[in-house]
Amino acid sequence: MWSLPLRAAILSVLLLAVLLGAWELAVQAPGAGARVPGPSKLFAHAVQELSHPFYDAGPNDKGIGIQLAYSIGRVLAGYSLAALLAIPIGFVIGMSPMWQRALDPYIQVLKPISPLAWMPLALYVIKDSGASSIFVIFICSIWPMLINTAFGVASVRRDYINVARTHELSRFETATQVILPAAAPTILTGMRISIGISWLVIVAAEMLVGGTGIGYYVWNEWNNLNLASVIFSILMIGVIGMLLDLLLARAQRLVQYAD
Amino acid sequence: MTDSFLKVENLARRYPGSKDGEALTVFDQVNFAIRKGEFVCIIGHSGCGKSTILNVLAGLDQASDGAVIMDGREVAGPSLDRGVIFQNHSLLPWKSALKNITFAVQARWPQWSKMQVLEHARRYLGLVGLKGAEDRKPAQLSGGMRQRVGIARAFAIQPKLLLMDEPFGALDALTRGMIQEELIRIWEQTHQTVFMITHDVDEAILLADRVLLMTNGPQARVAESVLIDLPRPRERSTIIHQPGYYAIRNHLVDFLVRRSKELAGGARGPGAEASAHPREVNPIALAAGRQPVDRVQAN
Repeated sequence: MWSLPLRAAILSVLLLAVLLGAWELAVQAPGAGARVPGPSKLFAHAVQELSHPFYDAGPNDKGIGIQLAYSIGRVLAGYSLAALLAIPIGFVIGMSPMWQRALDPYIQVLKPISPLAWMPLALYVIKDSGASSIFVIFICSIWPMLINTAFGVASVRRDYINVARTHELSRFETATQVILPAAAPTILTGMRISIGISWLVIVAAEMLVGGTGIGYYVWNEWNNLNLASVIFSILMIGVIGMLLDLLLARAQRLVQYAD
Repeated sequence: MTDSFLKVENLARRYPGSKDGEALTVFDQVNFAIRKGEFVCIIGHSGCGKSTILNVLAGLDQASDGAVIMDGREVAGPSLDRGVIFQNHSLLPWKSALKNITFAVQARWPQWSKMQVLEHARRYLGLVGLKGAEDRKPAQLSGGMRQRVGIARAFAIQPKLLLMDEPFGALDALTRGMIQEELIRIWEQTHQTVFMITHDVDEAILLADRVLLMTNGPQARVAESVLIDLPRPRERSTIIHQPGYYAIRNHLVDFLVRRSKELAGGARGPGAEASAHPREVNPIALAAGRQPVDRVQAN
C-alpha cells in the first residue's frame, strides 16, 4: 500500500486536474457572455510574464517581479518597524501590571480600526503614497505582535522567574536569558499572524494609493480588462503570502521548545 | 546552639482575613537552627507551611513576622548563597542539560573563562551520572534524569545552603531510591548544608542528621527536632538493619499520625514557654531509657 503522503499528493494532483479541466470546459462551452480566460490561456500568460518578470517599460508597464518586489519591500519595512516597537512595548506590558492597565484602553480602541481608515490621515501627514502604505502596514501589524508578546511575557512560568531570581540575574539578564526564550514561541506566533495580515492589507493599500506594487498592478490590469493578468496576479499574491508564512513558520520552529 | 550557621527566629506567616473574619495564621513561632554541614529534613502534613518556610529561606517569599539569619546576616532576598531544588525540577526547557548548568555556573562566577565554566559544569553533570546526556534538552530526559540535572545545577554553584522542596516527590519509587543514594554519595563528598522538605519518613532517616517535625496547620510550629543518630555512610539496603532504626521510625510515624494533630492549632502542653523552641529528641536514647521521658502532654 502507498504511504499516506503519497496518496494525499496523488489526490491533490487529481483535484487540480479535475478543477482545471472543468474550468477549461466551461470557458470553451458554446454560448454568449463574458468569459474569464481558461487555464490554457492563463498558463501561456504566466510563462510570458515569468520569463521577463523584471522588465520596466515606463510607469504603467512593469514586470510582475518588480511589482511584487515593491509590495514585499513595503511589507517588510512597515512590519520591521512594527516589530521594533511592538516587541519592546509588549515586554513592558507583560512584565508590569501597571503598564498593562495603563495602555490597555488605547490598545482596545486602536486595535479594531481597519488599517485602511488610517490612509487619508497618513497621506495628509506623510505626503508620500509609498510611505503611507508602509505606515498602514506598520499600524496593522503592530497589534498581534504587541498582544502576543505581552501575553507570552506575562505567562512565563513562575518557576523560570524563580530560577532567575535564585541565580541573582539582573532585570536585563532575566529579560534576555529567561523571559525572552520562554516567551519566544508566543512572540513568533504573533509575528506570524502579523505578516499574514500585512500581506492582506498591502494589496488593498496599493489599490487605494496606486503607483506601484502588486495591489496597484491588479487594479491597473482590471482597468485594462486584462483578466489573464488579473488572475495570474491573484495566484502570485497567494504564492508570496504562502512563502512569507513559511519563513515565519521556520523561525518559529527554531525557538520552539518542548515543556 | 551558638555555632548555628542558619537561625530561624519566631517566623510566622499570616493572611489577613476577609472583612470580619479572623486572620489566618499558617504558622507562627517557628524556631530552629542549622549547623554548617548539617543535613536537616522537615516533615509535616500538607498545609502546615513547609514550602513557605523554604521559600522564605530562599528569599523568594516573605514572612509576616520573624527573621532568618544566615552566616550572621539577615536573609532579605534570593541569593546564589542559597541554592534551591524545586519539586518540579524547573530546568529551562530550551537549554540542554549542560547549558542549564553552565547558565548557573556563569551566574555564580561571572569572571570565569568559558573553559572553566564548561569543565566545572561537566564535572557536576558527571557527578550525577549524566555523562553523555549533555546535549539533551529536558524534554528528552526522563523524570529522574531531569531531577538529577537539577541536583547537579544546585550543587555546582556550591551554595552555602541548599534548599530542597520535595525533590523526589514526582519520581517513581525505584528512581527515587537510586537518586537518594546518589544524593548521599554527593553529600558525603561535599558536606553541603542542606534543608530539605520531604513527606517520606524513610527518606528523611536515610538522609538527615536531624529531622524537624511540624504540627498541623493552622498555627503550625516546629514541635520537635529529632536526632538521627545512625552511623554514616548510610545505605538504603543496610540502614533498616541498624539498631535504633525502628526506634526512630516509630517515633516519627507516631508524631505524624497522632501527635501532629494533638499539638495542632497552637495547643500548648505543660511547659508552654519552652515549646516556642522545638524539643530535642533522640529516639534511640529514649528507647534505651537514657533520656528522660518528658513527652509533651497534649491538653
